[in-house]
Amino acid sequence: MANYAHTVGGQTWRFDGLRELMAKASPARSGDRLAGLAADSDAERAAAQMALAEVPLRRFLDEALIPYEQDEVTRLIFDGHDAGAFAPVAHLTVGDFRNWLLSEQADEAALAALAPGLTPEMVAAVSKLMRVQDLVLAAQKTRVVSRFRNTLGLRGRMATRLQPNHPTDDPAGIAASILDGLLYGNGDAVIGINPATDSTAGICELLKMLDAVIQRYEIPTQACVLTHVTTSIEAIERGAPVDLVFQSIAGTEAANASFGISLATLREGYEAGLSQRRGTLGDNLMYFETGQGSALSANAHHGVDQQTCEARAYAVARHFKPLLVNTVVGFIGPEYLYNGKQIIRAGLEDHFCAKLLGVPMGCDICYTNHAEADQDDMDMLLTLLGAAGVNFIMGIPGSDDVMLNYQTTSFHDALYLRQLLGLRPAPEFEDWLARMEILRLDGNRLQLGDGLPPAFRRALAQLG
Amino acid sequence: MNDRTAPQSPWQALRRLTPARIALGHAGGSLPTAAQLDFQFAHAQARDAVHAALDLPPLTEAVRALGLEPLCLHSAAADRQLYLQRPDLGRRLDPASAELLAGHSATEGYDLVVVIADGLSALAVQRHALPMLERIAEQARAEGWRLAPVCLVEQGRVAIADEIGERLNARMSVILLGERPGLSSPDSLGLYFTYAPRVGRHDAQRNCISNVRLEGLSYALAAHRLGHLMREACRRQLSGVKLKDEAEVPSLEGGTGAGNFLLG
Repeated sequence: MANYAHTVGGQTWRFDGLRELMAKASPARSGDRLAGLAADSDAERAAAQMALAEVPLRRFLDEALIPYEQDEVTRLIFDGHDAGAFAPVAHLTVGDFRNWLLSEQADEAALAALAPGLTPEMVAAVSKLMRVQDLVLAAQKTRVVSRFRNTLGLRGRMATRLQPNHPTDDPAGIAASILDGLLYGNGDAVIGINPATDSTAGICELLKMLDAVIQRYEIPTQACVLTHVTTSIEAIERGAPVDLVFQSIAGTEAANASFGISLATLREGYEAGLSQRRGTLGDNLMYFETGQGSALSANAHHGVDQQTCEARAYAVARHFKPLLVNTVVGFIGPEYLYNGKQIIRAGLEDHFCAKLLGVPMGCDICYTNHAEADQDDMDMLLTLLGAAGVNFIMGIPGSDDVMLNYQTTSFHDALYLRQLLGLRPAPEFEDWLARMEILRLDGNRLQLGDGLPPAFRRALAQLG
Repeated sequence: MNDRTAPQSPWQALRRLTPARIALGHAGGSLPTAAQLDFQFAHAQARDAVHAALDLPPLTEAVRALGLEPLCLHSAAADRQLYLQRPDLGRRLDPASAELLAGHSATEGYDLVVVIADGLSALAVQRHALPMLERIAEQARAEGWRLAPVCLVEQGRVAIADEIGERLNARMSVILLGERPGLSSPDSLGLYFTYAPRVGRHDAQRNCISNVRLEGLSYALAAHRLGHLMREACRRQLSGVKLKDEAEVPSLEGGTGAGNFLLG
């Protein structure tokens, strides 16, 4: 294993291999400290970043951070690497690569062509040298478009996942949140329920209900019940209508094992989904969630820093041509991302790394009540991700998830970004909103319908 | 305050169907002032719940009153500050607790150990742990299972039940602990079940039943599900994702009975 060293300020710093160099160069966060991987001082961190800047990108094709023989995610990354696509940046160091990303040469077409030539470790490395504004600027140059029943990820647009969770999966309670979300213009990425139950029978009921709502109101969107991939496969076998197949994933084989999955399990889920032929515009049908800290939480990080582990999860994701991927950035808690500052940076890193790798990235901009964060922090990340061109965010009534007990972005938060940055929903969904007299967008001006749209009057009248 | 200057949502009637913050109205496209202030108060309450301490003496007494033997244990996380930053410490017992358990390990072992830990909401434990314990103990008696002493753990996380189960030589463990407080639910209890608990078990080897509280999953239904899981686990000698919660209960209770009005 190579040693890396850098002399600065009259002191020489040595790093034992790329793995240690990457960890020490990571901007400070509690999870790396918990794992005992973080730099011991700010000076060591800055020196590590200088040393990392000198590392040729090619080096990442020679030195695996997690051994090829031990980890199927490493094998996926190395075996799937496209040397031809990599050629335009093959001569660069990590530091040069940052300059290149910020230059005019790196435009939308160049970045799209480059994606298969990049490995997660390369993009994680360059992100460690980047400031918040670099992460925003470079990410917004790229676009990753995906399709199932609508078109997600187009420039100037941002979608929302309508998340109508209910503590007991009560159908009326879920329907109430769905209607609330639709009437505030949310739901083009997916109408996606985190179920309280993990019983297959209960999951099938929810799937049937979402499918019926989408069909009744002819909503150009897709449904998902976020349950384990094996449960989705079982639901498909039982004949339930499954649009998107969901799974939480991580960046190491062992962390995925702790989720009860492998690449083979995901392949099985993907194929089961494809067999349904339910997409009308495309067949991107996997929905993945990720988040920094999951590998460490499963004690499956192999001494690799949490942000690099996270970027490796995107290699897993892109292999299955997903419709949606999002980091659940503040969900995991303060032991991994301690406060608003760390959550904000992590959200932008995750979005940047995923987009560079060609993943249709969204973000669950969120925090828990045991983290040192609040709504102001979320507003900052929301605004920055809007500027960075995030594919989608979550939408939940009043920011309060009454099932998962955390705070994410509200239906109103999406409306804020639409007004501020002129971001429109997916085109098919935008047309539907206008047709239903729910919402019209005129540039940055937003016009919510007066009163209850006609199509929903009957439904409400029934409640008496 | 009342918002007279922001348009209300004309679907107020839906509010009785869910505890979610729906039909909040809008000021422009943003949250009206009253809804915004309500949120801030709820967040403040949840923050306070995270930092509340478990009141052990009354809990210990109540366990005894059920005819069960309580054991008071502490994790290796000395205080809340450390607990929040070092989950590894919250998963292990401190040396004194480990020693205490050594005195209770039985050579023939136990069938089930019930662990009660503060987790992230001592409030949840104080409100819901005892009624759950009572139902679990009833089931254990009905099955003829040998029940280990009830372990009450301060600053404990889910996986601490692995070490406790291993040290007590228990075939199954169930830990009841406070879930992280939500804005509308500072007192939600979670149940995690593990067959053959050993240090190093991972999450895919457990089954979780969450959201036990008055407005959430009832004690009776949670106990029904847990009972089903435990019996199946004994039959198949495993727990986790391979052991699905197939206690066929068509829809969870606690609902409004209104059905899905969108499809009516």
